[in-house]
Amino acid sequence: MEQNKGTITGVNGNMITVHFTGAVAQNEVGYAEIVTAGGTQRLMAEIVRIRGREADMQVFEDTRDLGVGDNVDFSGNLLAVELGPGLLTQIYDGLQNPLPRLAEEYGFFLQRGTYLKALDRSKQWSFTPTAKVGDRVSAGEELGTVPEGIFKHRIMVPFSLSGFWQVSNITPAGDYSIDHTVATLTNEQGRTTEVTMVQRWPVKLPIECFAERLRPTETLVTRIRTIDTFFPVAVGGTYCIPGPFGAGKTVLQQVTSRFADVDIVIFAACGERAGEVVETLREFPQLEDPRTGKSLMDRTIIICNTSSMPVAAREASVYTAVTIASYYRMMGLSVLLLADSTSRWAQALREMSGRLEEIPGEEAFPAYLESVIAGFYERAGRVRLKDGSIGSVTIGGTVSPAGGNFDEPVTQATLKVVGAFHGLSRARSDARRYPAIDPRDSWSKYTPIIDTARVEAMRTFIRLGGDVAQMMMVVGEEGTTMDDFVVYLKGELIDTAYLQQDSFHSVDAAMPANRQKQVFDMLEMVVNTDYHFEDKEVARSHFNLLGQAFHDWHGISLDSDECLTQRQLIEKLVKEAART
Amino acid sequence: MNTVYHQIDHIAGSVITLCASGVKYRELAEVTSRTGTSLAQVIKLDGDTVSLQVFAGARGIATDARVRFLATTMRVPFSDALLGRAFTGSAKPRDNGPELTENLIEIGTPSVNPAKRIIPRNMVRTGIPMIDVFNSLVESQKLPIFAKAGEPYNPLLARIALQAEVDVIILGGMGLKYDDYLYFRDTLDDSGALSRTVMFIHTAADPIVECTLVPDISLAVAEQFALQGRKVLVLLTDMTAFADALKEIAITMEQIPSNRGYPGDLYSQLASRYEKAVDFEGAGSITILAATTMPGDDVTHPVPDNTGYITEGQFYLRNGRIEPFGSLSRLKQLVNKDTRPDHRVVMDAMIKLYASYNETLEKQSMGFRMTSWDEKLLKYGELFEQNMMDLNKDIPLEKALDRGWEILADCFETNEVGIPTKLTDQFWPKETVSP
Repeated sequence: MEQNKGTITGVNGNMITVHFTGAVAQNEVGYAEIVTAGGTQRLMAEIVRIRGREADMQVFEDTRDLGVGDNVDFSGNLLAVELGPGLLTQIYDGLQNPLPRLAEEYGFFLQRGTYLKALDRSKQWSFTPTAKVGDRVSAGEELGTVPEGIFKHRIMVPFSLSGFWQVSNITPAGDYSIDHTVATLTNEQGRTTEVTMVQRWPVKLPIECFAERLRPTETLVTRIRTIDTFFPVAVGGTYCIPGPFGAGKTVLQQVTSRFADVDIVIFAACGERAGEVVETLREFPQLEDPRTGKSLMDRTIIICNTSSMPVAAREASVYTAVTIASYYRMMGLSVLLLADSTSRWAQALREMSGRLEEIPGEEAFPAYLESVIAGFYERAGRVRLKDGSIGSVTIGGTVSPAGGNFDEPVTQATLKVVGAFHGLSRARSDARRYPAIDPRDSWSKYTPIIDTARVEAMRTFIRLGGDVAQMMMVVGEEGTTMDDFVVYLKGELIDTAYLQQDSFHSVDAAMPANRQKQVFDMLEMVVNTDYHFEDKEVARSHFNLLGQAFHDWHGISLDSDECLTQRQLIEKLVKEAART
Repeated sequence: MNTVYHQIDHIAGSVITLCASGVKYRELAEVTSRTGTSLAQVIKLDGDTVSLQVFAGARGIATDARVRFLATTMRVPFSDALLGRAFTGSAKPRDNGPELTENLIEIGTPSVNPAKRIIPRNMVRTGIPMIDVFNSLVESQKLPIFAKAGEPYNPLLARIALQAEVDVIILGGMGLKYDDYLYFRDTLDDSGALSRTVMFIHTAADPIVECTLVPDISLAVAEQFALQGRKVLVLLTDMTAFADALKEIAITMEQIPSNRGYPGDLYSQLASRYEKAVDFEGAGSITILAATTMPGDDVTHPVPDNTGYITEGQFYLRNGRIEPFGSLSRLKQLVNKDTRPDHRVVMDAMIKLYASYNETLEKQSMGFRMTSWDEKLLKYGELFEQNMMDLNKDIPLEKALDRGWEILADCFETNEVGIPTKLTDQFWPKETVSP
């Protein structure tokens, strides 16, 4: 292929304008070259707009030292990621450079213009063919498998191949590196193509070579009570967590990534603090996956483009993450993608839009913000693959609204397209009521683990309790009737005994679905009982005892004997005060 | 390469535009006019048209000013000779010392590879009980001090500069009153702390561009010291002035403003500075404390709001005290487990009791009768404020904890403070000491 080159005619921030002569494509990747005495540095860039013979490109690196007349080398490819065995346990930047290996080669700092292959070329994988010579296959169908940790990693017909192909040759079982050709395919026109274990896919395009998309009906158990019971997430669904700073978004994401009932977790740390990523990075290898007993890192991929890393790569990082997630979905696995935070990603869009001098929308965000956010969340979903197995990508994104005000454009655009909304409130986090998911504002369109009618009844108690609490602020405790006061106490009890959960407690941090059901049954019994109290002080202290009893119960592991005693204690407390 | 240009086409704000070739993005140029010579930096290339931001501002620049491109980006000298010196925002001497020109280092360098970061583990002792005991500062932490204008955030920073157990202090002043600069200089000089301090000061009257350079220069120098294995504490004041300088420049550059006139990349601009805080494995560390004034005492103002999303906690300075309730050091849990076994319980118990004291105060102001428990709390609250909240203290953490126990013992019985018996047995003072 002839080299397609262009020359720089303008530089403005991380945006360069390039004059070209050959043909270029929108979103094509090119490399701007800086020639210095020490050699040539190549800075990766992507075409974002074409006007006449000039292309505007966003550079994924610092643009200092670039000048008018410098060369740009067009690659002919869109921004793509490598997909193949060895992705799991990796830590990538937004452009899929493996950060630990960059650190080994270049030390403390992320030098610009340094790119490494995403997958290890030397590692041998034990390949077992599953397709036979003569099989008729199409994109996304399995040709063989290699074991990757606890998973069977499918080597598939490349997603970019269209139509049907015949397997004309397949490699026998054995150990190969990923670049080894494992199969040769021929199509009806007689074209042949060689398939290795690795394929490339442009990040901005969804992977759609499955049989059909299914409705997300199954609940994804996160082991967080307030989510699973009141504001559930579905397997293949989408949800968002907006909240002001310090309200516990990141802790909530970390707890979810540890305990959620999924096969693979992809953590896209997008424009947030490096310190938080480091916690995940350093702790996950030591933590045990509650499902498999192996290290949590074995099922995790981290895409990490923290706030100080180049902004354009931040924009790419969520797409990199969702593309890898979709790839594992094609193996019939359920994948959870956690993006922290989508606001930073939207800000990256805004910065770019500003440099392109586009007409701004609200708060200077680009007018296409909503469709871009919708497009991203729509890449979630539960699908039936061509072989009948089911895979899913669930997306949970945090939103960091300016000033904690949910009326801003990113939160609103997100709310339109997600299936569940976990709004964190400053009032709850200030009162140390964690997780700070506001029970009155949040909502979910998915099915909870407990019968909806019963959950609704419980929700009514919370609402009524809240109403009384507000009334009491005006008229004081004296002006509240005993009946109302008990309603208020019941509402508070549901909060302390069920909604609040200690993320740092070894037992309470994760409550399995069946245990949540037990607690819910008990709580239902407690709040549906009619009580008789002498005065409000007695009532309050009685409910405090109940709250404490629930709290202690949550801290006891299920198989211990104390667990039963604790249940009996609660039952006894209820009986003591019940109106007979 | 050093072609000299004499024809300036546009002048707006601090930006001049001229026709030139062979110019690189971010390259420095020297602009000489009747009013003097200033550095300028390339901020936009469009064909042959080059836009330069003049550090000293464009005032007095003539259309025939001499522009000479220097074929280098912004650099600052780095060596131990910096210690004890004060410089301007473009790294020119502000004191009467000699100009340093050797060993130039780049500013605004690439960010640290997250894979090379480690979980913070060392406490930075400041001798101020409200920080050490209640919200310990941790090496590699970045913390803002949120305060409204008029709060003594500069004296607090000066005190921290005097007392903090670190090797090097870098003080970055942005939009400082000249008096404040002199105050910092004199306070540090009197106490002998000047010899471990480097000051990069932009005063309110200096050119606005220099204000935006202060954090980059301070942090670039800090990074070099840290790589040499030293513990560096960077004190920045005031980051709101920095953000306002960004705003001013963005608006004159006709950028589309996002929120209250601030540029859309405010978050990234702040983050790229704060994220320089790091603990290098096998070398030193950078810790950042940054005063951020809140216009109108409003924490949802874009500057404190964006800052809050970046930093690891915050100190609120109210009425001359570090507010115990809103303030939070998110990393304190990583260090206060290893200081002394009673550190965490004293911290929790004292704050809880202080919260109760505040409730009692409210009751008192509404004219309710005071119970004996209320009386105890009132006594406690006063002692707490005098001994612990005073920011003019210099007591080591251990002494402060002991003092905490004394106050508790002075006011309460052992079973009233909510501390496990095991610890009260060990630490409760045998004889109460009167204050």
